[in-house]
Amino acid sequence: MNVTFSAEDLEFRDEVRKYFETEFPQDILDKRNRGIPLPREDVVRWHKNIYEKGWAAANWPTEYGGTGWTPVQKYIFADEQARANAPVFLTFGVGMVGPVIYTYGSEEQKRRFLPDILEFNTWWCQGYSESGAGSDLASLKTRADLNGDHYVINGSKTWNTLGQYADWIFCLVRTNTDVARRQEGISFVLIDMKQPGVTIKPIVLLDGEHEVNEIFFDNVKIPVDNLVGEEGKGWTYGKVLLQHERTAAAHVARSKYNLRRLRTLAGESIDGGARLADDKIFMRKVAAAEIELKALEYTELRTLASISSGKAPGPESSILKIAGTDLIQRIDSLYLEASGYYALPYVRDQYVPDFPAADYVGEGTETTSALSYFNNRKHTIFAGSNEIQKNIIAKHVLGL
Amino acid sequence: MDFELNEIQAMLADSIEKFVVNDYDFETRQKYASSEPGYSKDVWQTFAELGWTAVPFSEDDGGFDGGPVEMMVVMERLGRGLVVEPYLANVVLAGGVLRRAASDAQKADWLQSMIAGELQTTVAFVERQARYEVNDVSTAATKDGDSWVLNGAKGYVLNGDTAQLMIIPARTSGDQSDRNGITLFGVTTDSEGVSVRGYETVDGLRAAEVSLRNVSISADNVIGEVGEGYAALEGAISDATLAVSAEAIGIMTVLTEKTIEYAKSRVQFGVPISSFQALQHRMVEMYTACEQSRSLMMWAAMTIADDNEESTRAVHSLKYQVGVAGTRVGEEAVQIHGGMGVTWDLDVAHYFKRLTAINVLFGNADWHLDQLSTESGS
Repeated sequence: MNVTFSAEDLEFRDEVRKYFETEFPQDILDKRNRGIPLPREDVVRWHKNIYEKGWAAANWPTEYGGTGWTPVQKYIFADEQARANAPVFLTFGVGMVGPVIYTYGSEEQKRRFLPDILEFNTWWCQGYSESGAGSDLASLKTRADLNGDHYVINGSKTWNTLGQYADWIFCLVRTNTDVARRQEGISFVLIDMKQPGVTIKPIVLLDGEHEVNEIFFDNVKIPVDNLVGEEGKGWTYGKVLLQHERTAAAHVARSKYNLRRLRTLAGESIDGGARLADDKIFMRKVAAAEIELKALEYTELRTLASISSGKAPGPESSILKIAGTDLIQRIDSLYLEASGYYALPYVRDQYVPDFPAADYVGEGTETTSALSYFNNRKHTIFAGSNEIQKNIIAKHVLGL
Repeated sequence: MDFELNEIQAMLADSIEKFVVNDYDFETRQKYASSEPGYSKDVWQTFAELGWTAVPFSEDDGGFDGGPVEMMVVMERLGRGLVVEPYLANVVLAGGVLRRAASDAQKADWLQSMIAGELQTTVAFVERQARYEVNDVSTAATKDGDSWVLNGAKGYVLNGDTAQLMIIPARTSGDQSDRNGITLFGVTTDSEGVSVRGYETVDGLRAAEVSLRNVSISADNVIGEVGEGYAALEGAISDATLAVSAEAIGIMTVLTEKTIEYAKSRVQFGVPISSFQALQHRMVEMYTACEQSRSLMMWAAMTIADDNEESTRAVHSLKYQVGVAGTRVGEEAVQIHGGMGVTWDLDVAHYFKRLTAINVLFGNADWHLDQLSTESGS
C-alpha cells in the first residue's frame, strides 16, 4: 500500500501545470479569477485550445481521439485544471453523447458526429428531464413516432443546460407505450436544434442567471439515422453513461481549490479588521470540511486504483456523488459566511465582461458568494437527486 | 498508487480474521471480559506465539518490522472481534515508548518479555487535570542520589490492574504543561509506594487509578534522556490514535453489517423493516460513514509510513472522523435494532460502548478538530 506518484506521473503533472500557465488562454483564467462568467465564444475558444493540445477527451478510447491516460493521469489533470482555476469541460458532448455514440452508435454516426464533438465544432445539450419526469425519469412522455424514414417528435424537455447556445440536443424519448416496463419503450435520439418546431424558453434560476431552459418539440422531423443504437434501448444507454460518470461527480479538485483559497482569504485582514482565521468557530467548520474533502479524495483514489488494476469500481464509488455535492454546498456556505455583508449586494452588471467588481463592492469573490451558494443548491438535485442516489445504494450495494 | 495489502499483510489479516471467526465469538468474548484478569491469559499467550505481539517492532528488537499499515491491519480485525486482550496497552503504547526510547538493556529486559507474553505493561498517560493534553504532567520526580523519587497520581491507566511494568511520565523540570522536562520511568508495580485501584470500564475492559507516594526508582529505569521523554510519549500516543481508529472502523463495519442483516430479517407491518425508505437512507449513511472513515485511515497509515509531512494532520483528521462517524454509526445501529439494541445480551450494544470509549481515548473529536483549525490546513 502506498500513495506516491510515479516519476512519469510527476512529469505529467509538470507538463499539465505548464500548459495551464502558458498555453491555455490566460485572459480566460483572468475572467475566472474575477468571477466573470464566460460568454459562448470564450467557452468555444478554450475547448478548442485543449483540443489542439490533444487533451480534449480524457475519457475516450484512443481510437476515437481520446488521450489514453491512466486513471491516475486523469486525476492529476483534473487537479491541475482546478489548481489553475481553469473552467471545467462542458460535459454534454465529450462526457455524455460522445461515449454513447462510440459505444452504441453506427459507423456512420461515429464518422458524422465524433470529430465535431472532439473539436468542439458542435455544442451539444441534453434533453432528459420533463416537467412530469424528474427523479422518476422513466415516466417521460416526449414521443417519437416512426413515420417512414423519419421520426416525428412531440413534447417538451426541461432543465436543459445552456441549450440557448447549443447546435444539437440528445434526448430520451418514448418510441413505444405498449411495453411491460416503462423503461423499455425509451429511445436515445439526436436532434438538430436549428429546425422548424424546436422552440426554447429560458428558465431563470434563483441567482438570476439564465442557465437552463425548457425546450418544446412541435412535430419536429428527424431522420431515422438519428436514432442511436436500438429502438427501446435508450434507458440502458443512459444508465451506462451515468455509471461512467461517477468519479467526475465527486468534484474533488474543485473543492480542494476552493477550500485552499478560503484558508488564504480567512488569513487576510481588511483595513486592519479582525481576521476570520482567528474565529475559532468558523475555523473549526473549515477544518471539518477539509477532513471531509480528504476522505472524499481518498475514496475517489481508491476507486481510481481499482479501475487502474482492471477491476470494476468498488462499491465505495457509489457514495462519491452524494459526498461530493454535499461538500460543494458546505464550502459555498462557508464562503457566504466569510463574506459577511458583502455577500448581499446583487450587482447584475458584474456579469458584463470587464465589469470592475472589485472597485464597486470589494473582491469579486464576496460579491458572488451568495449567488454561488444559491446556484449550487442544484448539485444535490440534478443527475439523480441525492435521495435517489441513496435509494440506488440501498438497493444495489446494501441489498435492502 | 496502490491500496492493496501486500502478501505478508494479507496473511496477517487472514490469520486474525480466522482467529476471530473461529475462536472469538461474542459469548467467548463476554466470558473472557468477565473473568479475572479481564481477558484470557491463554489467548494472550497465543497472540505472542503467533507473533502478533511482535508486529510493530524492528527485526533487531525481535519484531516483525511492521509499520502503520500492519498496525491498521491488526487493529481493524481485533475491532471486528471486540477483542479484550490488552494489545493496545502492551504492544502499541508500552511497546511504542520502548521501541523509540529504551536502552538495549531495557529492551532485553522489558520489551522482549512483553513480546513473549510474559510481562504485562502499560503507559500511564492520563492525569485528572490534563484532559487530553499529554504534556500536562504534574506527577513529579526528584533526584535522590542514584535514584529518583516519584510522587503523584495517574488516572485511567489501561491494563493498570494487571500491568507489572508501568511507564510513568513524570516532571523533572519546567512548568506543568511544558513539553520539555518530562521524563519517562519504568516502574514495576510491586515497588514500595505504588498503589493501584483497578476497575472495569464501560466498554468491558480494565483500567486503574494509580497513586505514587515516594516511590524510589533506580536511575537505570529512566527510559531515554532525562527531561526528553515527550517525543517518545507523543509518538506512542500517535501510534495508539491510529490503532484505536482502525479498531473503531472494524467495529463500525461490523455494526453496519449487523444492522443491515437485522433490518432484512425483522418483520413489522407484514414486511421486513429494511423495505422502509427512512431506514434505508440511514443505513446508507452508516455505510458511507464507514467507507469515508476507511479512506482517511488509509491516507493516515500511508502518510505515516512515508514519514510524510502530512502525517500529524492525518492522525488528527482520522480521529476526528472516527469520533463523529463512529458515534453516529453506533447510535444508529442501536436505534435500528429497536428494543433489542438497548439490551445487555445483544452484541450490538457492546460494540457501541467500545466506540463510545474510543471517541474519548487520546482526545475526542472536538479536541482533534481544534488541533487542525489552528494550524495552517491544506
